[in-house]
Amino acid sequence: MSARRAYLDHAATTALRPAAREAFLAASDVVGNPTSVHGSGRRARAVLDEALESIAADLGVKRSWLILTSGGTEADNLAVRGAALAAHAADPARWAVAVCASDHAAVRETARSLAPRIEARELPVTGRGAVDPDALGGALADGAVSVVSVALVNNETGILQDLAPIAATARAHGAVVHTDAVQAVGHAALPAPGTVDLMSLSGHKIGAPVGVGVLVADPAVPLAPQSTGGGQQRGVRSGTLDAAHAASLAAALHEVLAEAEAESARLRDLAARLREGIARIDPSVRFTAPEDVPQTGHIVHATFPGADQDALLFLLDERGVDSSGGSACSAGVQRGSHVLEAMGVDARGHAMLRLSLGWTSTAEDVGAVLAALPEALQRARAVGSLFA
Amino acid sequence: MKVLAAMSGGVDSAVAAARAAEAGHEVVGVHMALSKDRSQTRVGSRGCCTVEDASDARVAAERIGIPYYVWDLSDDFHDLVVEDFLSEYAAGRTPNPCVRCNERIKFASLLERAKALGFDAVCTGHYASIRAEGPGGAPSLHRSRNSAKDQSYVLAVMGPEAIGSSLFPLGDMADKQAVRAEARSRRLGVSTKPDSYDICFIADGDTRGFLERSLGEAPGEIVDADGAVLGTHRGTHGYTIGQRKGLGLHHPAADGRPRYVLDVRPASRQVVVGAAELLSTSRLLARDLVVFEPLSAGRRITAQIRAHGEAIPGRIEQLPAGEELLEVSLEQSVRGVAPGQTLVLYDGDRVLAAATLERRA
Repeated sequence: MSARRAYLDHAATTALRPAAREAFLAASDVVGNPTSVHGSGRRARAVLDEALESIAADLGVKRSWLILTSGGTEADNLAVRGAALAAHAADPARWAVAVCASDHAAVRETARSLAPRIEARELPVTGRGAVDPDALGGALADGAVSVVSVALVNNETGILQDLAPIAATARAHGAVVHTDAVQAVGHAALPAPGTVDLMSLSGHKIGAPVGVGVLVADPAVPLAPQSTGGGQQRGVRSGTLDAAHAASLAAALHEVLAEAEAESARLRDLAARLREGIARIDPSVRFTAPEDVPQTGHIVHATFPGADQDALLFLLDERGVDSSGGSACSAGVQRGSHVLEAMGVDARGHAMLRLSLGWTSTAEDVGAVLAALPEALQRARAVGSLFA
Repeated sequence: MKVLAAMSGGVDSAVAAARAAEAGHEVVGVHMALSKDRSQTRVGSRGCCTVEDASDARVAAERIGIPYYVWDLSDDFHDLVVEDFLSEYAAGRTPNPCVRCNERIKFASLLERAKALGFDAVCTGHYASIRAEGPGGAPSLHRSRNSAKDQSYVLAVMGPEAIGSSLFPLGDMADKQAVRAEARSRRLGVSTKPDSYDICFIADGDTRGFLERSLGEAPGEIVDADGAVLGTHRGTHGYTIGQRKGLGLHHPAADGRPRYVLDVRPASRQVVVGAAELLSTSRLLARDLVVFEPLSAGRRITAQIRAHGEAIPGRIEQLPAGEELLEVSLEQSVRGVAPGQTLVLYDGDRVLAAATLERRA
């Protein structure tokens, strides 16, 4: 496989930005544990502090709001479980959490894992992917919910949530608001500071290495620590502070936000070309997020009637296109999409395709998909009809 | 050829895939997720298709240098193999799910899918040999040189068309140790993995328990050939023809000799037991015949009725026609011919036909 592959799976992970790599390597050369008292420790601490300053400035929050984690999943775990357990300990009348039905498993599974002590309530979404406001009110009415968690951008469809009214309703009922903003950075405006109490970000989605994320957390919100030990990060998340990863994340975040407006427009344009091209190749295609639904524009999610899921991904892969279906379980088996299910989209007998663009995407990538799709669809439908 | 290599995560299929790639074929590896109830890791030799198995297969594929996918065929597997297993037992027959899996999944569902995707053949780690000794040089199926591991019996049901689209690179490997050694030298990472045995979807090996959970208890009587009641049972599906152990009879037989299950009748919930001679027969009846070459009545053959059993010399008495079944006579009697089991006819080491044994008239 010497030919360059067309990578259309940036929502899964994206290329390491050179600035992030440089920052990581430079920081790695500084040997020292940032909490050590001596000179070497202080040098390492300085690297970390500089990284945290940069991140805080870029996000418009105070440094004390930042909790560095190993990634988006850990940030989600800390937010949902940490806030729910702390709230319950302070007030046993808060025995539930409410999470958006289309959110990532890192949020939904964490919520479920709180049973039996704490009930996980799912917030349904409309056919357009928006949290149903009446259902939200209903879930919060009894005052038992301590945490409301709704992702800003859906990782499968790219659909954007209007968080402000959701947050207002949640707070009116005394609940803390968390948003998983992992897919949002660089593609949508992040909520203004103070709109939400907790926000998760992931490094490798924005061109930092895998292994770093941040939970932006209002220090006024109690969080039960999920990782106990040396007491770093105000005792909430123990573990040696990772200056190198922090520096790398800071560099990536800074670059992403600086170019967000231009990049966003560029990717929107590429995505539009993808949509037009796909619709021309297959008029029966259904785009999950209609044009008039607020969305980031860097994700194109489509379903193709009659095509076999595994076959389509295999055929595209064979033709040098990296893309994704619904979601894969840990063993690599393609599963149906809970997101589509939550939106009431019946994708049985359809193949799902998520094409996502990123900072290294080019018009050639779009061209490669459109070149590969006709035969891939034809064969995927041949397989689909075998087992119809 | 473009070859789809089925990789279970075990040694045989890994070495088979490696050999196919080495022979110059364009190989893609696939692990079939067949179980609806997948555990994460393997425990000993039982069970199959755990997440760990998928991971072992992936590592082997990576070492061989071929693309690798995991495909979920659990719906087909459940409907076509597990359900068949249960309904056969419920009907008082003794199924062979490995044969059904080959017949309906590996060389049917998977093969059809492969062809639709542009593949020429499916490759597995089965021990059997494909040659061109069929009519007009057509593909023929033969026993493996490794007679202890020969799996031609469970493959015969595939039929000649599927054989023509199959590859068994281990077919002429005489020695399992040699296969393991090869896995080691190719660094496939599975050389010390124990062979799996028994039924892959009954991970704890407790077939009776599985049947009881699925089919429920349906108590009834254990009777002798004259109808005298000798005891009770919890469900006819716990018994198979030829079975001697676990009968739970209150009194020994008058002649002091062991009793065997002669027949299983779910409709009347009866299990019929009797002396060994009553089990024996030298006449076999079977249906659903799959032939590899034209056969005629009177032809001398050898017949195998169990996966690990000898082939017994005999003759084709009658070919199926209308309502009539295939009839084969044997030179020696055999015991415990269980309806539902597979019958394979051979001419020397060459497979002639496969069929499903029927209950005696």
